[in-house]
Amino acid sequence: MKPMNEMSLSFLSCSANESFARATVAAFAAQLDPTVGEISDIKTAVSEAVTNCIIHAYRDVIGVIYISVKIFENGKITIRIRDKGCGIEDVEKAKEPLYSTGGEERAGLGFMVMESFMDRMKVTSKVGKGTVVVLQKQIERRQAKSANG
Amino acid sequence: MDNGTVRLILEDDVLTAVLSGEIDHHTAQGMREEIDFTVNRSKPRKLILSFEHVGFMDSAGIGLIIGRYKLMESLGGELVVSHLSPKMEQIVSLSGVGRLAKIEKGETNHEANE
Ligand SMILES: Nc1ncnc2c1ncn2[C@@H]1O[C@H](COP(=O)(O)OP(=O)(O)OP(=O)(O)O)[C@@H](O)[C@H]1O
Ligand SMILES: [Mg+2]
Repeated sequence: MKPMNEMSLSFLSCSANESFARATVAAFAAQLDPTVGEISDIKTAVSEAVTNCIIHAYRDVIGVIYISVKIFENGKITIRIRDKGCGIEDVEKAKEPLYSTGGEERAGLGFMVMESFMDRMKVTSKVGKGTVVVLQKQIERRQAKSANG
Repeated sequence: MDNGTVRLILEDDVLTAVLSGEIDHHTAQGMREEIDFTVNRSKPRKLILSFEHVGFMDSAGIGLIIGRYKLMESLGGELVVSHLSPKMEQIVSLSGVGRLAKIEKGETNHEANE
């Protein structure tokens, strides 16, 4: 299926960009007329993925984070977040709840939050090359929408 | 609005931290430092984290709660978390933090969503 619209952006892994990234993706997703709850789910999942790039992938360096988003006629949204950082040795283990290499203030919940707030999550990673997280969600189509609404 | 800020109110030996704005890894750092500074100085019996004015929170909010729980425990005190929105409650229940801190329902703000 061909997307009805798509966008991509890239930005430096500064922590100030966490709010920029989730707000930007949410603004784009607004074209699907999501509910407040659905927007909040998307923002939270994007925030988790982007934060992971900043604190784990590019731990002691500043790198580039790439996001691309596709939206489809049927209300589906696909968000791809990619880094060229350190990569993850064991993805299955990293996805386990409460697993974290991030020290004191990290709960180890990021992947769990992404999984439960979105419909699908796919993580692929290569040590030394980087990580790609693909998130997918079906936005409920609502009746009242008109062509130029 | 966008930045997370903390207002601290000390009454007797109860410290209330009214959090506002958005809580993520970026903003949580400053919030944590402010709260810990006052906790370490005033050694309250009880710390209340109020989320009534928080518009957004990701797992960094859980880290903030767990870290403050540990701090209060080391001081022999108690941590209370109040006014979580339904979305925040969803993250909190994933984390199991409810077993550590006392979760209080807000009487005012999020009532309509229950
Ligand atoms: N983009 C990434 N690059 C390298 N390692 C990653 C990346 N994303 C996650 N990880 C690894 O996976 C672990 C689990 O990530 P997850 O987001 O679930 O928890 P966390 O980031 O440690 O804590 P929290 O998200 O609760 O603050 C991380 O501790 C880290 O080791
Ligand atoms: Mg994380």
